[in-house]
Amino acid sequence: MTQVLDFVPIWTLILGMAVFFYVLLDGFDLGVGMLYGFAPDTPSRNTIMNSIAPIWDGNETWLVLGGLGLLAAFPLAFAIIIPAVYFPILIMLLALVFRGVAFEFRFRDLEHKTFWDHGFCYGSAIATFAQGVVLGAFIQGFEVAGRQFSGGSFDFLTPFSLLTGFALLFGYGLLGAGWLILKTNGAVQEAARRHGRVCLVGILIGIGVVSIWTPFMSDAIASRWFAWPNILYLAPVPVATAAVAFSTWRALDSASEIKPFVGAIGLFMLSYVGIAISLFPMIVPYHFTLWESASSERTQAFLLVGTLVLLPVILMYTGWSYWVFRGKVRADVGYH
Amino acid sequence: MDFDPVFLSRLQFAWVIGWHILLPAITVGLAAFIAMLEGLNFFTGRDIYLRISAFWIKIFSIAFGMGVVTGVVMPFQFGTNWSRFSDATANVLSPLFAYEGLTAFFLEAAFLGVLLFGRQLVPRWAHFVAALMVALGTLLSSFWILSANSWMQTPAGYEIIDGRFFPTDWFKVVFNPSFPYRLAHTVVAFFVTTGFVVMGVGAYLIRRGGSVAEGWTMLSMTLWLLTILVPLQIFIGDQHGLNTLEHQPAKLAAIEARWETARRVPLTLFAIPDDNGERNRFAIDLPWLGSLILTHQLDGEIKGLKDFPADQRPPVAIPFFAFRVMVGCGTLMLGIVLFGGWLRWRERLDTSRAFLTITQIAAPIGFVAVIAGWMTTEVGRQPWTVFGLLRTTESVSPSLTSSDVVISLVGYIAVYLIIYPAGLFLMLRIVHKGPAIATEADAEIEGGRPEAPVRAGAVELREGEVR
Repeated sequence: MTQVLDFVPIWTLILGMAVFFYVLLDGFDLGVGMLYGFAPDTPSRNTIMNSIAPIWDGNETWLVLGGLGLLAAFPLAFAIIIPAVYFPILIMLLALVFRGVAFEFRFRDLEHKTFWDHGFCYGSAIATFAQGVVLGAFIQGFEVAGRQFSGGSFDFLTPFSLLTGFALLFGYGLLGAGWLILKTNGAVQEAARRHGRVCLVGILIGIGVVSIWTPFMSDAIASRWFAWPNILYLAPVPVATAAVAFSTWRALDSASEIKPFVGAIGLFMLSYVGIAISLFPMIVPYHFTLWESASSERTQAFLLVGTLVLLPVILMYTGWSYWVFRGKVRADVGYH
Repeated sequence: MDFDPVFLSRLQFAWVIGWHILLPAITVGLAAFIAMLEGLNFFTGRDIYLRISAFWIKIFSIAFGMGVVTGVVMPFQFGTNWSRFSDATANVLSPLFAYEGLTAFFLEAAFLGVLLFGRQLVPRWAHFVAALMVALGTLLSSFWILSANSWMQTPAGYEIIDGRFFPTDWFKVVFNPSFPYRLAHTVVAFFVTTGFVVMGVGAYLIRRGGSVAEGWTMLSMTLWLLTILVPLQIFIGDQHGLNTLEHQPAKLAAIEARWETARRVPLTLFAIPDDNGERNRFAIDLPWLGSLILTHQLDGEIKGLKDFPADQRPPVAIPFFAFRVMVGCGTLMLGIVLFGGWLRWRERLDTSRAFLTITQIAAPIGFVAVIAGWMTTEVGRQPWTVFGLLRTTESVSPSLTSSDVVISLVGYIAVYLIIYPAGLFLMLRIVHKGPAIATEADAEIEGGRPEAPVRAGAVELREGEVR
């Protein structure tokens, strides 16, 4: 690449951030949706849903931005990866439709309330699972010919991608539990702490198995982590993960309302960094690098100008809307 | 018309976009209407605007929620089914899509929460600003997505290298030749669609009794708006037609079912086009009017389909009939608005039962026109995804088999056939309850956090809830 200014690192950073924001925000959102299924009675279900009702749609917008950001910054990756995960994407989208409309329909359609309750919780779980499968398929790589995906539409389906699917259920569940501990109190919060512990164990097993499995799938990943002196530089990642996991466990047991959520975010951040270390600079594992997949310089420049202005503004007013709905939610305000 | 992945993917795209576009058709207009009502209330202090606004916010919240989830589906279609299109066009089109997300979606999402649930949590001016921001978001969204759509119809500001499009001039890309016309035509169509819905609901409330004052305010306000917008729309549509004549003559020929290039062509009111025989089997023509309307000159030339190679012609029947449905709806709308205006001038608007009945029946007419117009322009673009440059058959994802797409299509059909009737049913139920309930529910919510995500649902909740 012979260009004066290389936008690829900037776009990698922006897209990486957008995807991570999506994972965090819709992660706790979908996690809350799953935990909703375990709520014992209608008032707690109301509380749980109220905790995300004003913000879910903003959270889901990061998914659109992630998808469109990939298309805009690394179109070749979009054109290869998305058809390769045709069915997980389909299932995710249909599940998101169900859970999204449930917010409105549940309160207005009392005759079918149970149906929409199920739509909300199963929709959240299925969408999460599908996203986990996409992650697994991404890590295991795609068959490519020329500039197109050349495998079959069911290639994604492997024990590994199913594993990442299940792992993400626990991961989002942990984020959701963290959010509920923050936003609720009483029995709902107690239940969230219990569920959080189960999810933490689940996600740690998931992270562990994926971490052991991945190097066996690719020599490049194995040498990235274990060759000298990388092993020295990269050792802090697993060590930090263990430390964060331990303190999250402690936090779930303590009186702290913020620490479990922060701990869950920490675990996601470390896992995310771990995957990035494994795959960098590949964006279509193991065929095209970020640079090879990048859109034209003019495209990246044109979009960058607006993004650098708009993204901080978006973060500002999104922050404001979170602030408006700050504090604990309750199901019973206005009832008595 | 084989059931190959291309045809099935087109069917799937038509299915998901067709249902999706119904929602912006109402939410773009409603967002502006709600912002106007909130503004009227803010500046005049009259409660009736608040009651009407609260009523429409409930309907808006359902339509908007459905619009979000069916909208999330859309960008992924480009990847799942149209990956070669994505690869070829991304350098030019993707920033337009991304700017839609950055300028519109986040704005809508963040302020929607405040608009729906925040009336008691923020100062009154902030709630009004939230309504304005949501309305602004819907317009920005229309701007970018229609720019991208227009570029596919009339590409500009690009160069082609190795079969892929690269931008050369962003201004020409965004403001491509058909964009100003399409943007104006579509946004006004959305406003008109909403106007007829609001007017129809107003008529229903008046006829039924119960919320008569609110009904009259809705009907009277929207009748004024439509009196301006419907004639304006006909003018814009005419200009849009001239633009199509200039840039997409094959599409225009299909719309008019013209096979031979000629001057002083008639206006074909009805025909049965025969693609294989390259003729119309049966036609009702009005002499000369075709040239006059399409070119604004009596002897204006209209290119016929035979001037284009057979593999560069769109199918004729769909654009031809869809266009006539759209124009028919427009004519009916104009008739209703003129009738209403005449009644108002004769001071008989409030005694005419016939007008109320007609406007109530006509409530969904805009949706019919929007879908018909959409089919006209999109099928008329065939056999291209980027007009004249990239074929639809060369746009589809190569890895897909027919059975893959059958499965996904069935999935989309099943899910949409559940949520759309359910959504419509719930919106009709809100209409049935009328605006009176809305104020009651408003009063229920006091400070603190929202007790139910949907404030207006609180009434139902109280009755049906086991505590």
